[in-house]
Amino acid sequence: MDLTYTAEQELLRKTVRQFVTDRVTPERLAEIADGPDGWDPGLWKETVELGLTSVSLPEELGGAGLGFVEEAIVAEEFGRGLFPGPWLGSVLARPALTGHVLQAVAAERHVTTLVGLTAPLVAEGSAVTGRADHVVDLAAADLLVVLTGEGVFFVDRDETDWRLLPTVDGTRRLGQVALESTPAARVSGPDPRLAQQIRTRAHAALAAEAVGVASGAVEFAVEYAKERQQFGRPIGSFQAVSHQVADAFMDAELARSLAMWAAAAVDAGDTTAPLAAATAKWFAAEAAMRATERAIQVHGGIGFTWEHPLHRFYKRALWIASQFGTGAELRARAAASLLR
Amino acid sequence: MNVQDGPAEAEFRAGVRAWLAENLPPGWGTPEWRWPEDRVGFLKDWSRRLYDGGYAGLAWPEAYGGRGAPLPLQAIAYEEFARADAPDHVGLIGIGMAGPTIISAGTDEQKARYLRKILTGEEVWCQGFSEPGAGSDLASLQTRAVPDGDGFRITGQKVWSSFAHIADRCILLARTDPAAPKHDGITYFLVDMHADGVEARPLRHMTGDAEFNEIFLDDVYVPREDVVGEVNRGWQVAITTLLHERGSTAFFLLGRLDVRFRRLLQTVRSLRTDGRVAADDPLVREAVARAYADLQALRFTSWRALSDMVRSGMPGPEGSIIKLQWSEANQRLTRLGLDLLGPDAALWPGGHDSWQWQQLRSHGNTIEAGTSEVLRSIVAERVLGLPRSR
Repeated sequence: MDLTYTAEQELLRKTVRQFVTDRVTPERLAEIADGPDGWDPGLWKETVELGLTSVSLPEELGGAGLGFVEEAIVAEEFGRGLFPGPWLGSVLARPALTGHVLQAVAAERHVTTLVGLTAPLVAEGSAVTGRADHVVDLAAADLLVVLTGEGVFFVDRDETDWRLLPTVDGTRRLGQVALESTPAARVSGPDPRLAQQIRTRAHAALAAEAVGVASGAVEFAVEYAKERQQFGRPIGSFQAVSHQVADAFMDAELARSLAMWAAAAVDAGDTTAPLAAATAKWFAAEAAMRATERAIQVHGGIGFTWEHPLHRFYKRALWIASQFGTGAELRARAAASLLR
Repeated sequence: MNVQDGPAEAEFRAGVRAWLAENLPPGWGTPEWRWPEDRVGFLKDWSRRLYDGGYAGLAWPEAYGGRGAPLPLQAIAYEEFARADAPDHVGLIGIGMAGPTIISAGTDEQKARYLRKILTGEEVWCQGFSEPGAGSDLASLQTRAVPDGDGFRITGQKVWSSFAHIADRCILLARTDPAAPKHDGITYFLVDMHADGVEARPLRHMTGDAEFNEIFLDDVYVPREDVVGEVNRGWQVAITTLLHERGSTAFFLLGRLDVRFRRLLQTVRSLRTDGRVAADDPLVREAVARAYADLQALRFTSWRALSDMVRSGMPGPEGSIIKLQWSEANQRLTRLGLDLLGPDAALWPGGHDSWQWQQLRSHGNTIEAGTSEVLRSIVAERVLGLPRSR
């Protein structure tokens, strides 16, 4: 058992943090979040070129050849700086794509996302029919990876009837896709384990992202509580304030421990991975919500404004909590496995 | 990062399991088990067995009777002892607090004189820090030690001292310079509980048990060689003790929570006297999943703290939150266990294994070894760097 990061992993974290800090300033974040489709193709191109979308891709396919722990480090740092880009869609689609397909997707600079995880679509020959709600990264993804009862298919997004939905978190819009005998290219045959694999990776990645969101919020709260003066003292010297910040920090650290467990279990292909990832996901989502709520409270009036970035952190936390299984759903599933 | 045992860890774990299978007291863990009349004698015998097997003070240096094992093996041993729900060593204060303090700040004579007997269970230790007027503000303590010949005479009152009624020795703080600022006039003593003038009076806590005591000291002579560190520099030594109290016991505490969680699963599955099974209730299932997350979050936070210690030699920030989170998680878990009993929750079956007893006892956990409020302030001020509140 070893729950530390290697020097290389710490370096990766530093690189991602620096990149997000430089490129995603509060002003830029606001522009993207309040813009028409919630992403920035130029920023995404840089992200791809820096290799941040291919850390776990094998080296012979142009990736860094690292594992899921490294993917989780990227996810956490993206959460910490609220990186607005379509990385989640590619994390979701990854287990459905094999080596040479992945290589082609990367070579042609496609942005992918996954459709059909909740309810598989229907394939007939090389056409797919069905409808999916709550699809992520639809504005950016030109290539849809579609799960059907007959296996995995590629569909050109623009062959479908798709639209973005107004979404609370402006940097992570949800969309709707409708396919009606839409032309599709078969990627692989049915695999009964695939949906669970995708779900587990999604849970582990979102747990890491939520830890980042929580830590980002804690940092805002700590800085503000040190600076803001009332009654002639920094408000952080009042225990009613400082204990809230301490609680937010501890929530974030407990969530981090679970997220590290989940990422390592996914990497090792451990049988506990689905339970670990689901537990980490709901716990970290709650930690992120509580941390952002407390950070907003500690900021007082300024924390309630549109101008301050905290509401965007809060909205990301709400997004994570609501997608890929709510806390209540994931806890019900965990209980079923614990009480088997 | 790796959440599985390495080869050496797996081999060690198998060794602990085999040892436990062979050495646990006959009948232990079965419904037929009955504690003997002489509980302390039984635990001393068990402690000797642990020592002979090499499981007392596993991570202590070999020179002092330990095995010099790396910290992760100590953690694995705690995990396995918890899995077997094995009896505790009789010398919890000695192993967790007195011993580590003597190892880090004691003289060679003190090490030779005291350490091995802690591990064998021959000498039981207690802690004389808190006083009626000095709880969270420990440094305001008033027990006085005045020089007398080649030693000191100590007079005062201590409180909340677990095991003092059976203890042979006490780690004790007393004021040696009343004129100095409060942190600078304290000295750290090793007091003989059998000396003239020492009296331990049991205090019953809300379970009805007399687990801890008041200690009255009336002109008790303590020789100079039983001072740890320098005279008037005892506060720094006490910090070492408190760090050990809050730090090294993580896996011990975790083990207890682990045992209770497994009991909780049993309670949830079993038929209540009113004919219901708690596992059928979705709200109970929800609470079980939350308790599981609490347990696992603490487990991996403890492993993170340990991994940091192994790698850097310094505890990371996560170490400071374990005791606080554990004590609150333990309250939630035991409260859930109690709720599950339905109308039987109001009955008092006695016995430390009952949810009734455990739930009441859990209220000590958020007070002893640093109240939750003090620990939150430590996190806020020392970990997060927020301004001091006082």
